[in-house]
Amino acid sequence: MNFLQIRDVHKSYGDVEILKGVSLEVNRHEVVCLIGASGSGKSTLLRCINALEEISSGEISVDGDVVSGAGVDVNRLRRNVGMVFQSYNLFPHMSVLRNVTLAPTKIGGVPKAEAEGRALELLDKVGMRDKATAYPDALSGGQQQRVAIVRALATNPQVLLLDEITAALDPELVGDVLAIVRELAQDGLTMLLATHEMGFAREVASQVCFLHQGRILERGSAEQIFEDPQEERTRQFLGRILTAGRL
Amino acid sequence: MTTVTAPAQGQRSGPPATPPATVMPLAVLGLAVAVVAAACAALALRSLRGLSAHPTVLLTAVIALVAIACCLPIIPAVRAFRINGRRARALAAGELARARQAAAAGREQANVAMGWSLSVILLAALAAFATANSGAVAHTFMRWQFIEDSWWDVTKAFRINIEVAVFGEIFVLIFALLVAIMRLLPGRAGRPLRWLATVYVDMFRAIPSIIVLYLVVYGLSLAKVPVIENFSPTWLAVVGLTLTYSAYVAEVYRAGIESIHPSQWAASRSLGLSYGMTLRTVIVPQAVRRIVPPLLNDFIGLQKDTALLVVIGLTDAFAQARMTSANVFNLTPVMVVAILFVIITIPQARFVDRLIEREKRRAGGTS
Repeated sequence: MNFLQIRDVHKSYGDVEILKGVSLEVNRHEVVCLIGASGSGKSTLLRCINALEEISSGEISVDGDVVSGAGVDVNRLRRNVGMVFQSYNLFPHMSVLRNVTLAPTKIGGVPKAEAEGRALELLDKVGMRDKATAYPDALSGGQQQRVAIVRALATNPQVLLLDEITAALDPELVGDVLAIVRELAQDGLTMLLATHEMGFAREVASQVCFLHQGRILERGSAEQIFEDPQEERTRQFLGRILTAGRL
Repeated sequence: MTTVTAPAQGQRSGPPATPPATVMPLAVLGLAVAVVAAACAALALRSLRGLSAHPTVLLTAVIALVAIACCLPIIPAVRAFRINGRRARALAAGELARARQAAAAGREQANVAMGWSLSVILLAALAAFATANSGAVAHTFMRWQFIEDSWWDVTKAFRINIEVAVFGEIFVLIFALLVAIMRLLPGRAGRPLRWLATVYVDMFRAIPSIIVLYLVVYGLSLAKVPVIENFSPTWLAVVGLTLTYSAYVAEVYRAGIESIHPSQWAASRSLGLSYGMTLRTVIVPQAVRRIVPPLLNDFIGLQKDTALLVVIGLTDAFAQARMTSANVFNLTPVMVVAILFVIITIPQARFVDRLIEREKRRAGGTS
């Protein structure tokens, strides 16, 4: 049984179909990279997995439980499925520490002192412990994104969804954030990444999916996709990225 | 491929620079306005001094000082002429850049003269109006003796205005938020409640607050509504103003809540926080910070509308002042009320400025 199972998921906004039947299986401790052009459906797929978007048809299950459709306890699902966004989305009116402890204390029932202890531990890991009392506005993009990752980890999710988390960062800050993701991958956290960092995808991914116009056109190991892509579209996409110097 | 050739040395591209035009017309205008202003001020000050039957030396001295101050705009006007001379000399010497700088400085001086002169003229007009009819206007609105006689009674009565305003504001803060949240309820289940909230907001923004007060205070006690019939008129007034102003403030809240970027909702929901919890801990706290200025605007409106209590027979400051005014046939007591309203409003305006400033500083990253 796969840990995360996505079966023939369709998603439309009005008349526009964004996902046209996506199926994907992810095992525990796998790191899956979603690559593809903007608008190919990477972000939408991630948002569907933790029910930020309602799917039009199909089925998603996590750890054997169906988590799509009516009547699902989305709040419980989301505690198991963390998400990090391209634009960080930290809460600007809360300190770094409060951003991280909000979910554990408010819904996880963790006592404040314990939650703060764990938050500081996590912040320490990403080198942000000394910024615990700072407000997000006082942090650089890279620092904010590191806090956002810690915030998502604070609820002990079983899967982490990362939606182009380095796309809004200055180039010299990208490395710090990717280093953290790399470490998480080594620790065995199951992750789905939508990314344009091909070099990084190649390094950490156990599975790479190339999305094109709402479908997974090709999937396989990083080696397969990057060295020997079968589909013409994949070759075109990778070729363009290669000439842009991003691979 | 064509190569772009640089212009040859010493050869200018584009049209030749135009020499700066003379500042003379502007300087003449500035001086004329300054002289007219001084004359207006002299006339106004003379009639002001004439109000006092036996002007003291101190009064004369003060008026003389003010008169001198009103002549000050002549200085920059004269300076404009001098600088214009400098412009002409620089131009004759072929120093185009210095001529241009002098022309700009001259225009600036002439403009400064006109700005101050116009202000003097406006103030002189005001003083002339106040002293018209041998000071009848000034005496009708501001007579020291009536200020002395009435200020204590009026200030005592002002307590009701403050009470009604403060309690009204507290209830508005709570009630309007509930209405705003009702108006934003999602989904099919929320539709009837959304609709109700919309009707409420539309109605109470449409009905003049004086009519709401009248209907609530007389109507509710006339109809002997249980519990409410025992309310004192003051509390009924609070209810009436709360109903009116909650409609406005609900819209302010709604605008604030809707101004928070959807990504904040996504971030909060993705952490597993429910709709209500997201609203309470993430959205509303951010919205409230943004809406403080418009909120305070509506609060100042509410405070001012406490003067309407006069129609429901409560003796507030305005009612008290009207009684006194009618007795002495002079509007000074009402002016006292006006001044009281100004006094309580200005600190609030400054307070909001400070809040905005603080918010800006924090957004600037110096927290």
